Amino acid sequence: MTATVVRKRSALTKGQLPKFAPYIVLAVAVIVGAAILALIGFNAFGWGVVSAALFTIGLVAWSGAVEGARKAKDKLATCLIVGSFLIALLPLVSVIWTVLVNGIPGLVTPGFLGTSMNGVTGAFDNKAVEEGGKVLGGIYHALLGTLQITLLATVISVPVGLLTAIYLVEYGNDRPLARAITFFVDVMTGIPSIVAGLFAAAFFFAVVGPGTKTGAVAAVALSVLMIPVVVRSSEEMLKIVPNELREASYALGVRKWRTITKVVIPTAISGIASGVTLAIARVIGETAPILVTAGFATTINNNVFGGWMASLPTFIYTQILNPTSPSNPGPSDQRAWGAALVLIILVMLLNLGARLIARLFAPKTGR
Amino acid sequence: MSKRIDVKDLNVYYGSFLAVEDVNINIEAKSVTAFIGPSGCGKSTFLRTLNRMHEVLPGARVEGEVLLDGDNLYDAGVDPVTVRTQVGMVFQRPNPFPTMSIRDNVLAGVKLNNKKISKGEADALVEKSLVGANLWNEVKDRLDKPGSGLSGGQQQRLCIARAIAVEPQVILMDEPCSALDPISTLAVEDLINELKDQYTVVIVTHNMQQAARVSDKTAFFNIAGTGKPGKLIEFADTTTIFNNPSQKATEDYVSGRFG
Amino acid sequence: MTTNSLTTSQGAGRAGDKVFSGAAMAAGCLILAVLFGVALFLVVQAIPALAAPPADIQGGHGFFAYIAPIVVGTLIAAVIALVIATPVAIGVALFISHYAPRRLASGLGYVVDLLAAIPSVVYGAWGAAFLAKEISPAYDWLANNLGWIPIFQGPASATGKTILTAGIVLSVMVLPIITSLSREIFLQTPKLHEEAALALGATRWEMIRMAVLPFGRPGIVSAIMLGLGRALGETMAVALVLSSGVLTASLIQSGNQTIAAEIALNFPEASGLKVNTLIAAGLVLFVITLGVNMIARWIITKHKEFSGAN
Repeated sequence: MTATVVRKRSALTKGQLPKFAPYIVLAVAVIVGAAILALIGFNAFGWGVVSAALFTIGLVAWSGAVEGARKAKDKLATCLIVGSFLIALLPLVSVIWTVLVNGIPGLVTPGFLGTSMNGVTGAFDNKAVEEGGKVLGGIYHALLGTLQITLLATVISVPVGLLTAIYLVEYGNDRPLARAITFFVDVMTGIPSIVAGLFAAAFFFAVVGPGTKTGAVAAVALSVLMIPVVVRSSEEMLKIVPNELREASYALGVRKWRTITKVVIPTAISGIASGVTLAIARVIGETAPILVTAGFATTINNNVFGGWMASLPTFIYTQILNPTSPSNPGPSDQRAWGAALVLIILVMLLNLGARLIARLFAPKTGR
Repeated sequence: MSKRIDVKDLNVYYGSFLAVEDVNINIEAKSVTAFIGPSGCGKSTFLRTLNRMHEVLPGARVEGEVLLDGDNLYDAGVDPVTVRTQVGMVFQRPNPFPTMSIRDNVLAGVKLNNKKISKGEADALVEKSLVGANLWNEVKDRLDKPGSGLSGGQQQRLCIARAIAVEPQVILMDEPCSALDPISTLAVEDLINELKDQYTVVIVTHNMQQAARVSDKTAFFNIAGTGKPGKLIEFADTTTIFNNPSQKATEDYVSGRFG
Repeated sequence: MTTNSLTTSQGAGRAGDKVFSGAAMAAGCLILAVLFGVALFLVVQAIPALAAPPADIQGGHGFFAYIAPIVVGTLIAAVIALVIATPVAIGVALFISHYAPRRLASGLGYVVDLLAAIPSVVYGAWGAAFLAKEISPAYDWLANNLGWIPIFQGPASATGKTILTAGIVLSVMVLPIITSLSREIFLQTPKLHEEAALALGATRWEMIRMAVLPFGRPGIVSAIMLGLGRALGETMAVALVLSSGVLTASLIQSGNQTIAAEIALNFPEASGLKVNTLIAAGLVLFVITLGVNMIARWIITKHKEFSGAN
């Protein structure tokens, strides 16, 4: 005789949906969604949306019937919150996919990175479309312009931003001046980028002469956007340097300025460098301020202080809005997407670099 | 190479708040003096006025005189930086510079002041300071490793080596063992005993046994209540303070009846 | 009287201290001077447009008649962006702070930050080339079925280059701003409040309703305000996506214009009084965004004490 084992359900799990319930609902939703879409014309995006909606309705209804209204509400909230995350991913994936698909043909065209648009006219583009030849012209001038303008902006912003952060943390002591600077730095972070461009343009129009448009004007405009970011991140990093280190240095008879330059900044340098890199990543893709300050150029310009200058973002903008050949915008689009891909790669490398800097050059605690 | 300290009628303020009131004390050269007393009685604050480190905090100021072999630290025209090269300090928590190696930590006072020093001289100074801090044998094979990789007690001795490398007259220690385990504490206490052959040592401690073990003279500070200033109650030979104090408050404190 | 041996000090070191602290303070003052000075230049350059006879301004009816419709257009685009982005952003923030597995949370936060890293011109290009085309069937449907509502009045734009498309692109751009700020606030919800709610038998959603959202409300409001500041001033998403025109109520027809796009599209070729007019438009935009940002900062400072956020 063997004892009969009676499987008894725990009182604590009574009135709950089984663990596999969501999977069943999901499978049903996907199949029904496909069927509905098949009736009104199939497309993958619609299938996803309809399936997600059916899944939410199904799961919430089932839960409401078995578990009661409170649990059903909880399930609904979960579905909506997870759904919003998936919705947020859609544009990211779509943008990256669009840029990759459209940008790779431009990027792999021989000479794309090494030539400028000098002498490339609509006639060449028309010929490339009609005879299927290679698309001429490239982004060398724009890449060079972006690097020069960004470099100059960095050279202006980093000393000003870092010194301001040092003033706020080491000398400010919550004085009225320090509070005013903190407030106006916050104000500066909210300045629309196009207004920053107009700032710089208005300044140079008044000081140098109407219509002054050079790479340097653009660099000043970008600095207006970059300085507050540098001040903010450097300030945070200087603040987390322990006061004990400053005291240890003072107690050795070291002057305050040498303490700051030799002890405080080296301790915070990885964070500062990472913040500066992120600030560069932020301004390198700015279009509007360059548009109103540096003009357009199709040729290589090595002088940031004289003449109009091209940049990657404005190159993309003009190639899309004013194609080189209005009758055949295809080659211009190809160049624009190629430039967009290069720009995104630059920005991603800078972001990645910032993370690496923060990790690699952090002071070694050895513990 | 050590100087005496004479304090006359010293008051310490934070803004308008009187933190320490009317201290008079004479500290002999080449001796160990311990400051004891309950928390918040102003002993650390007072210690920091002996090398003008209190000025790092905004609003802190003093009235009165602190004489280092007769020279007043608070005379007009005295640079606090000069004071601190003569009166070194070791802190409660070991604080080696995280960006520097052991060797660079010892040389920090010299290098940060931008003094030129040859490699031979630097090597000699590193060895001398680390030997002086009883740390040489433990770290001589890894001088280029970061100082923060050492144990807590080793780090504290590294900080002492860093302080004596600038060849001060006086070394101030602000509860140097409160963050250390008993074995490391013993090592630092042994070191303090050796340091008094060359330096004037002033140590703030919460630990009365420690004061009894390491100091020649002891000063007892007390506070009448929250918001009241701290005061020097009694200053005498350590044996007197612990065995035969003249003040009731001192006796209550050393016998463990409060604090 | 004996001389004090401590007063003989190295003068050079002292000078270094003075120079360095002076330089630090000068840098701070430079920021104030630049902000003040260039705001001044903006005003100076804008005055000719404000003072010019109305007939000389584009449109022929003076600066106010010129700027009013594009201010409204700017507000329409920004409101669309916020209406779409706010619920999604709060959902994403809650997902990362309270729903996602702990180990994935920081990685997912980084993915959302990537959205912020993509340059605005790329979003503009994406909106113009991809989104506008894909979304125009939906506009046809809206015009056919909901056309009796003024904002969905047909005929829908065939290219899809409408203010609604621009607003959707803007919403993608402000989403990471609102998300990252809300996420910070949600993560600061006192654990005790959350555990108290759970201990009363609350479901996860009830816990969020009881503990997390009330705590984070001021933070969410200021995050939305900062997002609004960004949406008002964003240029490229509108300049590339919108096929601009006169002010129209329908969101699915071409038309409308924003200040930032108006400047970007016209400034490069502008000359004479037109330059002053555009700079004056920039001044208007600056004042609007300044107001919005200052309100946001004010909310943050006002609630700083109890939210622990700064």
